[in-house]
Amino acid sequence: MPVFYGTDLSSRMMLGTAQYPSPSILAQAFRRSGAGIATVSIRREAGGDRAGADFWDLIRDLGVAVLPNTAGCHSVREAVTTAHMARELFDTRWIKLEVIGHADTLQPDPFGLVEAAQILTEDGFQVFPYCTEDLVLCDRLLDVGCQVLMPWGAPIGTGRGLNNVYGLRSLRAHFPDVPMVIDAGLGLPSQAAQAMEMGFDAVLLNTAVAKAGDPAAMAEAFALAVQAGALARDADPMEPRDMAAPSTPLLGQAVLS
Amino acid sequence: MKIMVNGEAQQMQGRTLADLLIELGHGDAKLATAVNEDFVPAAARADCVLEPGDRVEILSARQGG
Repeated sequence: MPVFYGTDLSSRMMLGTAQYPSPSILAQAFRRSGAGIATVSIRREAGGDRAGADFWDLIRDLGVAVLPNTAGCHSVREAVTTAHMARELFDTRWIKLEVIGHADTLQPDPFGLVEAAQILTEDGFQVFPYCTEDLVLCDRLLDVGCQVLMPWGAPIGTGRGLNNVYGLRSLRAHFPDVPMVIDAGLGLPSQAAQAMEMGFDAVLLNTAVAKAGDPAAMAEAFALAVQAGALARDADPMEPRDMAAPSTPLLGQAVLS
Repeated sequence: MKIMVNGEAQQMQGRTLADLLIELGHGDAKLATAVNEDFVPAAARADCVLEPGDRVEILSARQGG
């Protein structure tokens, strides 16, 4: 199992907490996914509103580690301030760092991401950067102190799977010892299995589970796929080849023609 | 004085960020605060004197991906 900043994980599944039909379905999805980490956000609280307190109680009851995000932040300053507020609120040094660079694709801003990651690491945060699969970007993120990388599979909420298999495979091969999470873009369990077969350490899902017709069943389906993919990776898969190779021995075959 | 709280104009009687949270009925709720885009830790709220026109953000835990 992967280790994030010295913390041993019990599961390769990480699950977001947004967009579920109800709090009870969210809780069911977490139970059936076996996820050990929940992502959360911080948002404006209205006077006398108990939404924050109610959500806090729900998360506490899940019994999982909390990974706050800086979702929606488009500038370094915004992301850094949000991270500080999240650290106090959730009492954790972990931060899923999002610095969004493009409104339509929600693509990370690689320049702002490195700058914010450096500031936060120097402030004592343990940064989980939501990044692209760009090798140079990931190298810079490691240089400024990130010990986990979270490359996207595809843009957030698209369910398109692993858009750039070559790039992700290359990233995995260049940094074989860095824990890596495929964050965003997965829509089907087979895509999560593929990520595991390629050697990624975990997946972070939200929309694919929360927006399924039966979120709890989909959560379990992803968990099984992740387990299968990781097992297959450890089992050292065969190399694909172009020419057919008979699996049944030719020796001893009758001559009947 | 008149300040902005979570993007909306708000009148307040007290002087500090801690006073504002009490006036808004937040009591001891788990909240995070910022003034003029800078984080203000809970321990510093009583000493954080607000000025007219200040922009205060009051945030709490929410769903996220």
